[in-house]
Amino acid sequence: MSNHAELHEEEHHEEHPGYGFYTAIWIGLIALTGLTVAIAGVDMGMYTVPLALLIACIKSMLVLNYFMHVKFDNILVKVFAAGCGVIIALVIIFLGFDVFIGGS
Amino acid sequence: MSAVSETHDNHHHDHAGHGYGDNSKLYIHIFRDDLGSKVGMWLFLFTEVLLFGGLFFLYFGYRVADPQAFHDAALNLDVMLGAVNTIVLLTSSLTMVLAIVAIQRDSVKLSLFYLAVTIACALTFLVNKYFEWSAKIHHGIYPGSDHVAEMPQGEISFFGLYYLMTGLHTFHVIVGAIIIAVCMVFIVKKHINKDKYIILENSGLYWHLVDLIWIFLFPLFYLLH
Repeated sequence: MSNHAELHEEEHHEEHPGYGFYTAIWIGLIALTGLTVAIAGVDMGMYTVPLALLIACIKSMLVLNYFMHVKFDNILVKVFAAGCGVIIALVIIFLGFDVFIGGS
Repeated sequence: MSAVSETHDNHHHDHAGHGYGDNSKLYIHIFRDDLGSKVGMWLFLFTEVLLFGGLFFLYFGYRVADPQAFHDAALNLDVMLGAVNTIVLLTSSLTMVLAIVAIQRDSVKLSLFYLAVTIACALTFLVNKYFEWSAKIHHGIYPGSDHVAEMPQGEISFFGLYYLMTGLHTFHVIVGAIIIAVCMVFIVKKHINKDKYIILENSGLYWHLVDLIWIFLFPLFYLLH
């Protein structure tokens, strides 16, 4: 009986995460912000920029998937969000060709 | 009696077909396409991302052209103020999402409280920005100033982009705060309620996008030196 109740609770949870769930995501985001600031003080040469951007990407995935609810949303919304990211990434990559090997 | 029955909104699927089983009551179904409005909101967010994306591409190009200048110029920015503003915006995103959970559970007062905290966070962000920019302007660092004109070209580009991108972002914070205030009025007037909160959800999406952009602005301008 209690097993069943738990199961139901879990199912319910998956559809509408509660206060605690979002607060946990927030703690994760704050921790990652602390990490970026801490890492910025350490000189890691060429890895500094990619690492800072990697952490920013992880943070934005948390915001997109949970705060913006994309993970639980309709496939149409998922396609929109992913398409947006893919287009930006493609432009960055092609811009990279230009600025790194384009010459003067 | 009921012309159209639409249950696009997945939050309401359990009510589907209610009107057909019980003939003793009159059900009036109002056509409402929550998924449609959400996709419309995402389309708008897409144009916002392209707007800021263009500026991020500029940043990328100028940074690669003169990394040393960007490194030196970033030393002028206050990491503490930037970090505090990051935490303030992340917290406001949390309270925004909690306001939606509250309205889903019909806790109107709690929802209003969380939205008020969100606006308070937005105002805190703006006050911090005010102090940050006044300190910069006091030191003669603003677009077109004599002090900036004497800097190397790369640093001029850095500060130009800094004012343009954080300025445009701050404008979005102001707009977001106004939208949230309007949502609070709608909640009080019951236009937004337990069964109809897509306006609040879409406003939340806008607010999270503002947060999302800052997540990238913060390391790129304040930390990479």
